[in-house]
Amino acid sequence: MYRQTEIISDLSKTPPSEGLEGADMIINIGPQHPATHGVLHLVITLNGETIKKVEPHLGYIHRSIEKMCESLSYRQFIYATSRMDYLSSHINNHGCALCVEKGLQIEIPARAQVIRVLMDELTRIASHTLWWGAMAMDVGALTPFFLAFREREMINDIMEETCGARLTMNYMVPGGVMFDLHPNFQKKVKEFITHFKNKIDEYDELVTDNVIFRNRTENVGVISKEDAISYGMSGPSARASGVQCDIRKLYPYEIYNQLQFEEIIETGCDSFARYLVRMKEMRQSLSIVEQLIDNIPDGEFQAKTKAVLKLPKGEFYSRVETARGEFGVYIVSEGGTTPYRIKFRSPGFSNLSSLDHIARGSKIGDLVAIMGTLDFVIPDIDR
Amino acid sequence: MNGEELKIKLAELLPDITIEEGGEWLNVLIAPSSWLSFSNQLRNTQGLDLDYLFCLTCVDWKTHLTMVYHLTSTIHRHSIVIKSNLDRNKPEIETVSHTWRTAEFHEREVYELFGVNFLNHPDLRLLILPDGWEGKNPMRKDYEDPINIIKL
Repeated sequence: MYRQTEIISDLSKTPPSEGLEGADMIINIGPQHPATHGVLHLVITLNGETIKKVEPHLGYIHRSIEKMCESLSYRQFIYATSRMDYLSSHINNHGCALCVEKGLQIEIPARAQVIRVLMDELTRIASHTLWWGAMAMDVGALTPFFLAFREREMINDIMEETCGARLTMNYMVPGGVMFDLHPNFQKKVKEFITHFKNKIDEYDELVTDNVIFRNRTENVGVISKEDAISYGMSGPSARASGVQCDIRKLYPYEIYNQLQFEEIIETGCDSFARYLVRMKEMRQSLSIVEQLIDNIPDGEFQAKTKAVLKLPKGEFYSRVETARGEFGVYIVSEGGTTPYRIKFRSPGFSNLSSLDHIARGSKIGDLVAIMGTLDFVIPDIDR
Repeated sequence: MNGEELKIKLAELLPDITIEEGGEWLNVLIAPSSWLSFSNQLRNTQGLDLDYLFCLTCVDWKTHLTMVYHLTSTIHRHSIVIKSNLDRNKPEIETVSHTWRTAEFHEREVYELFGVNFLNHPDLRLLILPDGWEGKNPMRKDYEDPINIIKL
């Protein structure tokens, strides 16, 4: 069902209500507010407790990465993209590396492909665990936050050994990955798998079946399938509305078409459905890691590439599935060593465009549950 | 629908378009004046059903600006790219925010960074840049800012 949201461009034109009782109130949330998880500024028009309009103001962490990339070489610009969606920096790097490889038509070694997928899925688990903790904290449960960080710390340690970084990895380069895996990698990942398998059941016990949590999220922030498509939503947020949009399934890259995993689709359309999708995705990612960890092929971890990369004249687009949705890289090349224009299609920006539509008519207390399940990372929105 | 079928279908809808091939997807070049009716046809024609606008951006070619729309169909899974060349001194094009709602945000971004005026846009204001921003549009190629931009 398609619901038309009326666009209120100037609130001063709407007739003022009689007396104080029905009067509109304007409230600012952010840019410094714990529930926005970053510097997002929302101007909310309220009537009593009911939201009439949500107006996001962006740009508090806008660094103009797209403009910056125009003067960086095809090896350098990938490092800037780690700073966009810092919770899935591996996958951002991956998308950019894929786009350059598409332009240069490089075939990357099998070992590098497996390493990339392993890292992507570990990143997805790390990102979703952090989201789970932060989201539960938003709706009033403090303990999950500490539990989530315990598991995320294990993944960060694994990443640190191999990539040398804990947040901005810069590990994927055109042609493969930067270094080979650390000797401890397989052992540590296996430890993590056995540890996390028990913990995720604990997560479910603690939060998923909790009555208070269910009351806070069920039938809150409903968006229909048609609307989700029209608002360009992607990732878990769209899949909770029944949209089939997993890039790993629809347009498989690397070795995703040889792996056994399910695309999680829920039809609840509400905050709780979005929560369920992410919880189930963690199990799927864990199963992918399990399938691959004993089957890392030997060989080169990087294809031989020229020192200076030059993309042929033309346009290249590649997309990957980050923890938040579809991340696209659009490169316009003039044949030089630097891109003429780069556009990053970030999942958060499109998902944010639907916030006003979702939140209208709900209570202000529910806004936190809506924003929590949409999983915004502000540097990803601002770029 | 594959590339050939798409080409025939698109040529039926609007005869005066230029279709380029070679890239990953079909590139369709249209005149800015016909964009409004054409966008509705793309969205609503049975068989095309391009209901998902996944990327909207602009490229500054120094002589002109090019709007680039990446569209895909969630039903048939085909994608096309629509391009439209705009006059650099007075760039104007119809908004598509009523057809694809996500365009409302993307167009606001292009409006402030490239200075493209979207006609009939419901809420064309600055989105990323601070209020009261004056001067040129930062993503244009001739934008100079000696303080905030470090030349590499």
